[in-house]
Amino acid sequence: MPWQIDLIVLIFVILCAITAISVKDLLSTAILFGAYSFMMCLLWAIMGAVDVAFTEASVGAGVSTVFFVAAVFNTTRRTKD
Amino acid sequence: MTDFFIGIMTKYNYWLYIILMMIGLYAMIVKNNLIKKIVGMNIFQTAIILFYISIGYKTNATIPIIKNAHGDHGTGAHKLIIHAADYINPLPHVLMLTAIVVSVATFGVALALSVKIYQRYQTLEEDEIRMRLREK
Repeated sequence: MPWQIDLIVLIFVILCAITAISVKDLLSTAILFGAYSFMMCLLWAIMGAVDVAFTEASVGAGVSTVFFVAAVFNTTRRTKD
Repeated sequence: MTDFFIGIMTKYNYWLYIILMMIGLYAMIVKNNLIKKIVGMNIFQTAIILFYISIGYKTNATIPIIKNAHGDHGTGAHKLIIHAADYINPLPHVLMLTAIVVSVATFGVALALSVKIYQRYQTLEEDEIRMRLREK
């Protein structure tokens, strides 16, 4: 793996994680968490784990974002922190 | 001193995994919202999965699929000479494939529990739930 691509994607992953837990709206958290999962899937494809990468893209990013948005619409978007 | 910095810089990916893990732990401990805590738990899990996948990586190696090993058009697997150094180790991939499915299952159960908590207490904040519990 070229270390430049690896480093850039890792920094994007960390930025997505920090914004996902610090933004003050749960729907924004859902979308940023989906972006985090897709960045993680890209990182696994770079590392040669293609089976893990497409499982993460379908199950981790797809299904868990659907679960998250459904939970937010059944509860509330408001959060204090 | 320079040896110390070179040692840190060549292992930079492990330091970034530790940062990611600590972000997840911070969110699980400090955040007041239940859904933020669940997101922190998921970040922690993916950081551990990332650590395991990076253990199996080898430089100058390809994905673990042996060419022409299947079907009658190939030479047959018994005639091939396979060097383990040419292929990425697939064992951590298979283990972590299970861990991803388990993490999605725990995520779904945790979200379902937080929906039930919201229906009962009309809030997702931990301190407000504690206040409602104390009033009863």
